[in-house]
Amino acid sequence: MTGLWSFMVEHQSEILSATLEHVELVLIAMAAAILIGVPLGMLIVRRAKLRALALGIAGIFQTIPSLALFGFLIPIPFIGGIGKRTAIVALTLYALLPILRNTYVGLTEIDPAVLESAEAMGMTQAQILFRVRFPLGLAVILAGVRTATIITIGVATIAAAIGAGGLGTFIFRGVALVNDSLLLAGAIPAALLAILADFLLGRLERRLRVT
Amino acid sequence: MTIVEQNLIELRGVSWRAGDGRAAEIIADVSLGVPRGKTVVLLGRSGSGKTTLLKLINGMRWPSKGEVLVEGRATREWDAIRLRRGIGYVIQEAGLFPHFSVAENVALVPGLENWPKEKIAARVKEMLQLVGLKPDEFAQRRPRELSGGQRQRVGVARALAADPPILLMDEPFGALDPVTRAELQREFKALAERLEKTIVFVTHDLREALLLASHIILLEKGRVVASAGPEKFLRLQHPEVLAFAASLDVRGGAA
Repeated sequence: MTGLWSFMVEHQSEILSATLEHVELVLIAMAAAILIGVPLGMLIVRRAKLRALALGIAGIFQTIPSLALFGFLIPIPFIGGIGKRTAIVALTLYALLPILRNTYVGLTEIDPAVLESAEAMGMTQAQILFRVRFPLGLAVILAGVRTATIITIGVATIAAAIGAGGLGTFIFRGVALVNDSLLLAGAIPAALLAILADFLLGRLERRLRVT
Repeated sequence: MTIVEQNLIELRGVSWRAGDGRAAEIIADVSLGVPRGKTVVLLGRSGSGKTTLLKLINGMRWPSKGEVLVEGRATREWDAIRLRRGIGYVIQEAGLFPHFSVAENVALVPGLENWPKEKIAARVKEMLQLVGLKPDEFAQRRPRELSGGQRQRVGVARALAADPPILLMDEPFGALDPVTRAELQREFKALAERLEKTIVFVTHDLREALLLASHIILLEKGRVVASAGPEKFLRLQHPEVLAFAASLDVRGGAA
């Protein structure tokens, strides 16, 4: 343990910059996944065919092993290649399903009496979506964002395999050199990030829950 | 056209079935009129089509046959949003928005209609007083902080807020305890008479129907099987009327 501790102190600036790089990957991918997933989730509330298609495709991305997904994307022009961009695309695709599914569930699993009276009061479908469904479904949507963030923090360590940087760099190097300190210098901050994100988003989620 | 003049709501040979036309008719050839300022009670068992009939009036359903006239105009010709904003709607458990305060719930339709802020605030206060809730005490509460009876009062205040000429009520007092229910029924009857609203009231409770109705219409399997004023209703000999009358008999089976 003293070996690990002195290693981490010695390399603190590298660990810090890898952590920031990791956080950057996660934040960009999450922002993209939310910007795609939440509006798409709103769109499929009343469109059954699009719903099956969107959830189906997002489900497929989720089942592809993460390393394979990174591999698939490399040969694709514009979004592919070696580096950050490919990693962000892959992470976004990975995070999409929990966000999309929870958005759909959050917007649809609402007390039918509330929806019935909203309609009967003469609210338009857009008003019902933004003023009733969305605020009431927000906690469930956020639960999806939380799940997706934790997944993304984990999967982002693998992004180092295609040269995207982040904490995975230490892990891969540690495995290759059979160096525990090096490996843990990547693994511990990644785990702490996931725990921290879970805690903070969990608190926000509880605050937004309407009873 | 005198009939149209007298009846604020009128159904002419209305049938309704779900979906593609092969499903069974939920409403079968119903004709009825609701005169201005009167309370018509639709009485029937669960599944007799009462709620569907209400939804045919405010354009949440459209007839598969026949037509529904509101203020002399077929619901199909109405803009559905305009039609509904002119019709108050109260349901069981009230269906209040849990993320809105009591005041915001009551202000809903005036807000949708873009009333000025001061006018809405004054109206909310007036409505809460009307249904017997002190504005200072209740305006800022959330629905979950209210009793069932208080929620239902807010539901009535919300339905009346934009001063619609018509009220549709779907078993509004059905989930309340008997004492609270009786209290709200009495107050509501007085309120309805004072405000001269045209009301269609759905219930499966004959006692409630007799108390509130200017006219009772009994539905069975989507058809009108009896129609009479409350004073004559119990003298009708239709088996479904007798079945409902038997439900009033507290001794049970001694008839």
